[in-house]
Amino acid sequence: MFTGFMSNTWIVATLVGVVAGMVGFFVVLRRAAFAAHVLPLGAFPGAAAASVLGVSELAGIGVFCGLGVLGISQLQRWDRREVATALWLAVALALGTLFLSMTSEYSQGVYALLFGEVLGVSSHALAPVAVSSAVAIGMTALLFRPLLLDSLSPELAEAAGAPSRRLELAFLTVLALATAMTLPVVGALMVFSLMVGPASAARLLTDRPRVALALTIGLALATVWGSIALSYLTDWPVGFFIGALAALSYAGGRMRAARQAR
Amino acid sequence: MTDTAALSVHGLRVSFSGRPVLKDVQFEVAAGEFCALIGANGSGKTTLLKAILGLLRPQSGEVRIEPGAAGARIGYVPQKISIDPYLPLRSRDVVALGLDGARWGWPRRSRADDARVQEMLEAVGAIEFAERRVGQLSGGQQQRVLIAHALVRRPRLLLLDEPLANLDVRSTAEIVALLRRLSAQYRTAVLLSAHDMNPLLAVIDRIVYLASCCAVSGKADEVIRTEVLSRLYGYHVDVVRVHGRVVVIAAHEPEEIRAALARDPVHTAQVP
Amino acid sequence: MHLLELIVPPGFLANGPVHTALIVGAGAAVVSAIVGVFTVMRGQSFAGHALADVSSAGGSAAFLLGLNPLLGFLGVAALAAGGMEWADVRDARERDLVTGVMLGVGLGLTALLLYLGTIRGSTSGAAIAILFGSMFTIPASLIPLALTVAGVALVAIAAIYRPLLLSSLSADLAQAQGARVRRMGLVHALALALAVSLAAMTVGAILSTALLIGPAAAALRFADRPGRALGWAVAIGWAATWGGILLAYDSFYWTPGHGWPVSFFIVVLIFIGYLLAGLAGRRPARQGLERPA
Repeated sequence: MFTGFMSNTWIVATLVGVVAGMVGFFVVLRRAAFAAHVLPLGAFPGAAAASVLGVSELAGIGVFCGLGVLGISQLQRWDRREVATALWLAVALALGTLFLSMTSEYSQGVYALLFGEVLGVSSHALAPVAVSSAVAIGMTALLFRPLLLDSLSPELAEAAGAPSRRLELAFLTVLALATAMTLPVVGALMVFSLMVGPASAARLLTDRPRVALALTIGLALATVWGSIALSYLTDWPVGFFIGALAALSYAGGRMRAARQAR
Repeated sequence: MTDTAALSVHGLRVSFSGRPVLKDVQFEVAAGEFCALIGANGSGKTTLLKAILGLLRPQSGEVRIEPGAAGARIGYVPQKISIDPYLPLRSRDVVALGLDGARWGWPRRSRADDARVQEMLEAVGAIEFAERRVGQLSGGQQQRVLIAHALVRRPRLLLLDEPLANLDVRSTAEIVALLRRLSAQYRTAVLLSAHDMNPLLAVIDRIVYLASCCAVSGKADEVIRTEVLSRLYGYHVDVVRVHGRVVVIAAHEPEEIRAALARDPVHTAQVP
Repeated sequence: MHLLELIVPPGFLANGPVHTALIVGAGAAVVSAIVGVFTVMRGQSFAGHALADVSSAGGSAAFLLGLNPLLGFLGVAALAAGGMEWADVRDARERDLVTGVMLGVGLGLTALLLYLGTIRGSTSGAAIAILFGSMFTIPASLIPLALTVAGVALVAIAAIYRPLLLSSLSADLAQAQGARVRRMGLVHALALALAVSLAAMTVGAILSTALLIGPAAAALRFADRPGRALGWAVAIGWAATWGGILLAYDSFYWTPGHGWPVSFFIVVLIFIGYLLAGLAGRRPARQGLERPA
C-alpha cells in the first residue's frame, strides 16, 4: 500500500488534503458551496476535450476551470449568484456531453474522472500538482484577512481597500486552482465533498478562525488519507469513502455542537 | 376586558432559552384606536407582535383579538423585507394575495375581489405603480403595497413592525398620515412599533411603552412622564422636551451598565 | 416543402424512439419549467441541482437491480427532498451545507453502485447513461408512468400555488396569514423531486438542472406577473427540448453515422433563450437591486 506507484498517490493526496481544507474553509465562510460543486464538475468537460484533441488532461481541466471562473463571475453580474452558477454548470456539461460523444471507448475514463481514481497519479503529474498547490496555498495565505473581512461585511472590506467583486474573482481563481489539482485524484463530483465536509464540521467545533482553519486541514487530510486507504483495501471507489467520511465528520460536528448547546 | 377592545393582552410572558424577553405585559387596544408600540432596540417589540400574531407561543398569558369580518382578524406588515427585483409579482398581485394568499388550490378571483383590490390600491395611493414589480419599487412604495395587502381583508387590527425604519423624513410623515386616515376610514385598530416616538406623538390615541420586559400603556401624556417611565425602567429616567421633541434620558447609569463598566479594566483605570 | 424537409427530415415523425422522446421530453420540460420558477424564486437552485445528482444514486441502484430507472430516480429524490424539508434548516448557510453534505453522500453512493454494476459484468456505459441521459433509448412503455409523474407534480404545484407565491415574497407574511408553511414546503419539495427525477431520466441527472433553472431564470428576467412567468418558462423549456431533439436527429445527417447528443442541443437552446430574455427584459433600476430606498 505504501510502495512503488502508490507513493506518488500519497504525496499528491497530502497536498490535495491541505489545499482542499484551506480552500474549503473559505468556501463555507463565503457560502460558496454551490460554486465549489460546479467548478470541478464544470471542469470535467475539459478532460474530455483534452482526450478529443489529444492534449494533456490537466491542461484541459485547467482551461475549463479558468472558463468557469470567467463564466460564473460574468453571469453573476446579470443574475443571482446561484442562478449564474447553475447556468454555467449547464453550459459546461452540455459541452462535456458533446465531447464525450466524439470519443468512443471513454466511459471508463469518465467514471474515473467523476468519482476519482487512486492510481491515477503518474510521476510526471507530481510537479504540476506541487506547483499549483503552492500557488493555491500562497494565494489563500495572502487573501486570508481580506476574505475573512469580506465574509463578515463587504462594506468593511471595501473600506479597507478590497472591493467585493475583485475578492470574489480572486477567490474563484483559488477555488479553480485547487479544483484543477484535486480533480484527477478524488474526481469531479467528490472534490466538493472534500472541501465542504471538513470545513463545515470544523466551524461547529471552534469559534476561532485560525484554529478552525487548522482543524479543517486536519479533517480534510484524515478524510482523504482514510478514503484512499479504504479504497485500496476494499477496491471500492474513492469517491464513496470521501462522501461518507465527509458526512461523518459533519454529523460528528453537529452532535458535539448540540451537546454543547444543551 | 372591555367589549370594545380590538386587542387585549394579559400577563404575557415569553422567554428564549431561559432569558425573559417579556415578563408581564398587559394592555388593551380599543376598536379603531391608533396606537404606537415604543421601545428601544431589543426591548421585545417584534417578539410581542409575533406573540399577538400567534407566530410564537408564550410561556403564559393570553392574547385576545376581536374577530373581524369574514374571519380576517389581523393584518400584518413585517419589518423591512428585501424583495428580489425579479420576483414576478406586481403591486396588484401582492394585494390580491392578501385576500387569499394562504389558501390552497388554483386561484379563482371574482369581479368583487378585483374591485376590492382596486379600491385598496387607490386607498393607499398605489395606483401609479400598481402594474410594476414590487421588487423594483422604493421602500416607501413597497410599504404602501404591503399596507394594502394587510388591509384588503378588512381586519379589525393592523400590526406593523417598524414601518418607519429606513424611511426618509417626508416618507415617514406620509406613511403616518396614511395609516391614521386608513385607521379612521376602515375603523381598524392600528398597533405600530417604532423606536422613535417623535413622528407619532401628534397623531396617536394611545402609546404602549415597552422597557425592562414590561409595558405601560395609556394616552401619550399620561405615559411619557418621568415618574411613570422611572417606575417601568426600575431606575430613574428623565423625560426631557427639547424643540418639541421628547427624549428619555437615564439620569444615572443603570445597575447593569455600572456593573459592566466596573468589570472593564480600561474604564476603571480612566475613571477613578 | 423542400425547406420544411430540410428542417424536419423525412422519417422524423414516423420514428418510434423519436415519438417517445418528444412525449417524455415535453412532459419533463413542462414540469421542470413550472417547478423551476418557484425553485429560482425561493432561492433553492442548489437544492434542485443537488436533488438531481443525489437521485442518480437511485438510477444506478435501479440499473444494478434491473428495476424501472424512473422509479429508482424518483424514490431516492423523494427521500432526499423529504429529508431536506424535515431537517427544516432556516439559516440559509446551514441549509447550503446540509444540502452539500447530502449531495456528497448521494454521489458517493452513486459511485459505489455504478462500480458494483460494472463488476457484475454489465457495460460501463451505465455511468454515462445515468448521468448524462439518453433520450432516444427511453422505452415507449415508460410513457404512461412519465406522464403520470408529470401530472402529479403539476397538481401539487397548483394546490400550493398561492401560499408559494406569498412565501416567496416573505415567509413571515405567509405564516402570519395562516398559511401552513411547513406542509407547503414539503409539497413543494416533493414536486421538485418529481420534476427532477423526470428530467434526470430524459436529459440525465447532471443536466436536469438546465431544464429546471434555465427556462425559469429566463422567464423571470422579463415576466412581471406569475402567470406569464410560468407560461414563458414552459414555452422556452418545451421549445428547447423539441428543438434539441430535432437538431440531434438532424445531426445524424451532418456527421454521417454519428449523432450529436440531444442534451447538448437542449442546453444550448435554453442558454440562447436565457440570453435573449436578458436582452428583452428591461433592466431593473440599479438602485432597486442594491437598496430600495
